[in-house]
Amino acid sequence: MARTKSPYKTRLALTPYLLLSPAFLVLIFVVALPLVFSLYTSFTGYRLVRPDTLWNWVGTRNYERIFADLDFWIAFGRTILFLAIALNLEFILGLGIALLINRITWGQRTLRTIMMFPMMFSPILVGYQFKFIFNDNIGVLNNALQSLGISDAATPWLVDRYLALGSIIFAEVWMSTSVFAILLLAGLFAMPRDPIEAARVDGCSPWQVFRHITLPFLMPFAFIAMTIRSLDVARAYDIVDVMTGGGPAGRTELLWTLIARVGYDNARMGQANAMAYVSIILSIAFTYYFFTKLVAARRYMGGAA
Amino acid sequence: MSEIKLTNVVKRYGRVEVVHGINLEIAHNEFVVLVGPSGCGKSTTLRMIAGLEEISDGEIHIGDALVNDLPPRKRNISMVFQNYALYPHMSVRENLGFGLKIAKQSEAMIEERVGEAAEILGLSELMDRTPAELSGGQRQRVAMGRAIVRHPEAFLFDEPLSNLDAKLRVQMRTEIKKLHSKVKTTVVYVTHDQVEAMTLADRIVVMKDGYIEQVGTPMEVFNHPVNTFVASFIGSPPMNLIPARVESGKVKLADGASVPVPNRLADKVRDGQDVIFGLRPDDMTPEGHGINDTGQVATLELTVDLAELLGTETLLYTQLGGQDALGKMFDPRDVAAGETLRFRLSLDKAHLFDATSGKSVRL
Ligand SMILES: Nc1ncnc2c1ncn2[C@@H]1O[C@H](COP(=O)(O)OP(=O)(O)OP(=O)(O)O)[C@@H](O)[C@H]1O
Ligand SMILES: [Mg+2]
Repeated sequence: MARTKSPYKTRLALTPYLLLSPAFLVLIFVVALPLVFSLYTSFTGYRLVRPDTLWNWVGTRNYERIFADLDFWIAFGRTILFLAIALNLEFILGLGIALLINRITWGQRTLRTIMMFPMMFSPILVGYQFKFIFNDNIGVLNNALQSLGISDAATPWLVDRYLALGSIIFAEVWMSTSVFAILLLAGLFAMPRDPIEAARVDGCSPWQVFRHITLPFLMPFAFIAMTIRSLDVARAYDIVDVMTGGGPAGRTELLWTLIARVGYDNARMGQANAMAYVSIILSIAFTYYFFTKLVAARRYMGGAA
Repeated sequence: MSEIKLTNVVKRYGRVEVVHGINLEIAHNEFVVLVGPSGCGKSTTLRMIAGLEEISDGEIHIGDALVNDLPPRKRNISMVFQNYALYPHMSVRENLGFGLKIAKQSEAMIEERVGEAAEILGLSELMDRTPAELSGGQRQRVAMGRAIVRHPEAFLFDEPLSNLDAKLRVQMRTEIKKLHSKVKTTVVYVTHDQVEAMTLADRIVVMKDGYIEQVGTPMEVFNHPVNTFVASFIGSPPMNLIPARVESGKVKLADGASVPVPNRLADKVRDGQDVIFGLRPDDMTPEGHGINDTGQVATLELTVDLAELLGTETLLYTQLGGQDALGKMFDPRDVAAGETLRFRLSLDKAHLFDATSGKSVRL
């Protein structure tokens, strides 16, 4: 008599699948399906106000259109510029703060905590706060400048094409520099003293010690911060929307404010999704770039990092 | 010229003084070893010479220059650290050349010096590896190579061998010795291992609790320790130190046994003086099994509690003056625990220290 598997063994073999199934179901409904759906819509002429357009397959026309659309490319370029300026500023400031805090011997913990305050606010609130600060009539900044007699013009911080983007970057940097500061400070705490002393004996000035020993050691930590922040900044929406709404005249339009406008205001969901896919590729590219840098830096540091 | 001179050098951390005004002169091309138990201030002293620690008081000269306020990079010295302190993100080649690169030397010159050091230390095969890919001994050699490429005025070593296993340590010890004869330079070497000190040093500086106890050649320090601390610290196994009292030309040990006062010390002691009688295990040997038992000798019957055969010799644990004492048997035979042997004590090699001050009565 040919023996089939006992019911018990069958159950035993099925158990893992059974236990994993809730997780898979959640992933399928929450991640995979929307992803597939939005990818699909990016090939349709889907408009939010006319649900039947969902079945209106247009092939790659959405993509062709956005690739030919100058506004899209300007927003794309501006996002990269925004990201580059913000990340570099945050890195430099964060490094400075970390180095200073590393030097003090008293109140370090308290300062570390205080440093995290900006991160605790919602970006929307930060946006409103800076909108108020930078307002050309009632803003704190102009008032301060005027009272101090530095300038008596009502500088249009959020209206001028360059100043507006600068103001948003300022708000972004204010809010998130501590990401860099905290990670770099952790790096400084983990840094071995001996190579520094060896370098001092080897003839290095304090600047050379920093340049050749401290900085290479900190770079992996900086790349972690950059990975996190590049994802963060590449999807910047809330702060921009609150402060300028992408204006004036689209001068501060970033990818996601543009996408939101196209998708919700103009109700052209298909095209918006096509843009979203392009911008996701941008995010992935940045993450990949910083991640390879991180891996390279870590391998470079051998066992030390 | 690269002599190093320490004058009344003091180091305080806050209000705690850890080095108490030491004086030391190190000659050009001399190999000086600072030795002492943990926490005695050896590293601190070395780091003050390097400029990594500030000097609280006193003066340090390197060559003719007063270096008190010079940063390390202006002192033209090299240092080898206990845990190597290699630059983790640089290859062996870059580690070796780093100091020269900082000094803005030409590529050709860097290449030459690095090649030369790699040659001396046998690193040529490893030049493109990073420190993480090296064994402990190899890292140690890179650290030494990094020190020699710069042709400094002096080398400072802080326990460079203590992270190596016993066999490698012995091997690297001879390499350092060879290196010094090849690359003639002033060396200050810190260790807590008295064997390293004995084998490497031109002169040994024995330190304790932030004071220098004795400075001398290995021979001097071994044969003529100035006090009980040096006597017990230098030499392995350590010297037997037995409390005693001088009575009418005899050294009376606590258990009533006595030996004559060594002839050469007879006029250094007075009757009734409390002393400590010091004798190395090598100079306390059973009849027929000694090497040093000519000259003035005292004979005592002692019971062996335990015998440890080491090969060419046996350690004999016994009691002398009511204290544990150690003797040696050369050309050994089997000895049973509890056996009583006639020991010959070489009084020519014996030491007497004043019991209250601990100082040798010779002084
Ligand atoms: N940064 C410091 N602050 C306070 N005390 C210190 C400091 N560094 C060293 N000390 C003290 O100075 C004394 C000498 O230290 P040092 O490191 O020179 O000892 P060492 O002889 O090198 O010992 P070891 O063989 O353990 O390395 C010790 O008692 C130590 O506790
Ligand atoms: Mg030490």
